[in-house]
Amino acid sequence: METKFMKSSLLLGAASLLLMSAVSWAQMTKYQEDQRLNMEAHVGKYTGHAADAQANYRRYCVGCHGVEGDGQGENAQWLDPQPRNFTLGQFKCRSTPSGTLPTDEDLYNSVGRGFDRSVMPIWNQLTNQDKVDLVAYVKHFSSKWTTEKAGEVFPIPAEPEVTADRVKAGQALFQKLECWKCHGVEGRANGPSSDTLQDDQNRPIKPYNFTEGSRPKCGSTDRDIYKIFMSGLDGTPMPSFIDNVKPDEAWDLVFYLRTLQPKNAYNMKERAIAKQLGLKPIDPNAPAPAAPAASSGGQP
Amino acid sequence: MSLPRKWVAGLLFLACFVFAGFSDAHALPAFARKYGLRCSACHEAWPQLNPFGQKFKDNGYQLMNDRDAPIWQNPSYWPVTFRITPIWHRVSTDKVGVDTAAGPNTGEVQITSHGFDLSGLDFHTGGTLDKNISFYVLPSSDNTASFHFETVMARLDNLFGSTWLNVKLGKFELDNLLSEKRILTLTGNGGIYQLYHFSPLGDTNGYGQIGDNQLGVEYMGHSYNDRTRVSAALLSSNDGTVGLPAGNSYSGFFAASQAFDTGKLGVQRLGFYAMVGEAPTQFLSSGGVPIPGTGFGNKSFSRYGFTGQIYLGKLDFQVVTQHGSDDKYFATATSPYNPVPGNVPSGALPAGARNATWNGFLVEPHYVFSPQLIFIGRYEGINVSQQALAATPSDAGNIQTFTIGYRYMPIMTSRAGFAWHNEYNWLRQSKAAPDGTDLTSSELLLGFDFAF
Repeated sequence: METKFMKSSLLLGAASLLLMSAVSWAQMTKYQEDQRLNMEAHVGKYTGHAADAQANYRRYCVGCHGVEGDGQGENAQWLDPQPRNFTLGQFKCRSTPSGTLPTDEDLYNSVGRGFDRSVMPIWNQLTNQDKVDLVAYVKHFSSKWTTEKAGEVFPIPAEPEVTADRVKAGQALFQKLECWKCHGVEGRANGPSSDTLQDDQNRPIKPYNFTEGSRPKCGSTDRDIYKIFMSGLDGTPMPSFIDNVKPDEAWDLVFYLRTLQPKNAYNMKERAIAKQLGLKPIDPNAPAPAAPAASSGGQP
Repeated sequence: MSLPRKWVAGLLFLACFVFAGFSDAHALPAFARKYGLRCSACHEAWPQLNPFGQKFKDNGYQLMNDRDAPIWQNPSYWPVTFRITPIWHRVSTDKVGVDTAAGPNTGEVQITSHGFDLSGLDFHTGGTLDKNISFYVLPSSDNTASFHFETVMARLDNLFGSTWLNVKLGKFELDNLLSEKRILTLTGNGGIYQLYHFSPLGDTNGYGQIGDNQLGVEYMGHSYNDRTRVSAALLSSNDGTVGLPAGNSYSGFFAASQAFDTGKLGVQRLGFYAMVGEAPTQFLSSGGVPIPGTGFGNKSFSRYGFTGQIYLGKLDFQVVTQHGSDDKYFATATSPYNPVPGNVPSGALPAGARNATWNGFLVEPHYVFSPQLIFIGRYEGINVSQQALAATPSDAGNIQTFTIGYRYMPIMTSRAGFAWHNEYNWLRQSKAAPDGTDLTSSELLLGFDFAF
């Protein structure tokens, strides 16, 4: 009887200890987060203050990203893809190398641009100051911003003139880098690996379908696309190619990817060249063709 | 129960109510369900739109990403919101004509009535039929469940990929910067903008009411960030009444505005609007009964003014001005022709009759303590600047009214919204009492305004 009582007491004690630890940890996390409310963001002439964004975050963002910024807002359960977990300090759209923090401007652009293929809207109705304040608030959720600096912005050389050789060189690169394994030979997001992809939190994720006409995740311009595959999309299977692809080759790939997209404001020339060349989808079983000799301009 | 216990119980109830309200404001039903956004993302305080909500509306109820088409919606999603408001209110009018022993309407008394009541029921359903094709259908009942279509429209959005090309057809609210359909107040006189419905005493023009939803077609364009907005609508001059009850006359409504980024203060917007049109003053009749659709003797009317949305952080001011004019035939309730079209004017116009004109001003300050709690005030003043008949007292028909109130929205989930509403309105119309003196009325209202 006494042993049973002791066992019960021990169990109860352990449970209480666990509960108290959990509560303390939660309180400590909240305390640390509050301490970071003095976080700032700097974009152009604007300086954002996290403390000034609390009301706007609660008004516009909390439904999806949650009070704690952990992506667990009340509506997260209905959303696919899931809202970003700011506490991880990991962001897809960067002008900085993979594994580093984005710049304030990267986050600012994300807020203003919104994301196709998600319900993240374009928040360009907010004032510039509001958006910079929100960037500071987003940063305050993760302790990473207090211990690390944003990564070094990698340089993007001036965009060269698009030529037939560059488009063909880009196609060769598309095959060589095995982009087709996820994105498919025609860019339809139906490559052999496309159904197996998961993000870092083990959630299924689909590659970008170039043919459906939606905006690429991190922007529509040629520079945006360049940045996407050079920086990679952290937290997803999309790797960074900054160490494998020379900047000039990267432009070739941009031009080729443009030919996969439906007609839009950015790909008139590329599509015309592809039509002129009679460009066919790559054959994944064939050896990757060598890039045309004249494809590359000056090397950095 | 002793008195202190009653107080304790009451306080506990109040505390429960108040603390329950500390849950954050959530999304309004219908659109919020589709996008997962909170109500406060689009509403300064429900139902008034903020700049983001205005842009969402201008984009055809789209966020302008690829999730706008219905194909992305959860199959269980049904884009409908029901809204109704049970209330208690006290209404008092100081000079009402009553019958006495001396005959009909020979007396004048103050009438005050109070009790529990109900608003009508609105069925809001709207959204997208496909990417860039939006719709809104709103069957609405009065408080006896007699239904009519308040809004029925479909809109082609972003034609040719341009935010400057949007066209809608049907019955819809005019592009008023300060929307009466999203008004934050609920009383009889305070629940509308007097400026949107004003006509001088004795004026019979019921077609220039910019607060009423109208039947027609509207072009609307806006810049990508919605800072610049323009619209032009061609409307049947029948005040939105279905069945072609008036003649073959049309009105036009034009609006434009420009918003400015003023940093921490917010987005300020200034604009103007104009409604110009013609409407019939007379109908053919059969057995003395007007025949619908036979209106003729079209006469003109106009309303135009400036609008402003001024934000000073949590405090904002909504401003509308108006200069209105009604043709003298409307203003004197005169039919210009004999019953057969083409006859010479009957000459019944009173001697010296002239167009009636007026000027009005409306300011509505809000203090948005949080998206859940908003304090509301409003002042409207309308002065007739020219009476149709010189003999009419210059201030006859002038209106002064103010409204104060607050809305507290403790519960707003993505499935339902609930607001505690408290409001007081006072209105005086000069020389409008049966005895020719000023007529004043007031209303106190408390109630639950909820949508689900």
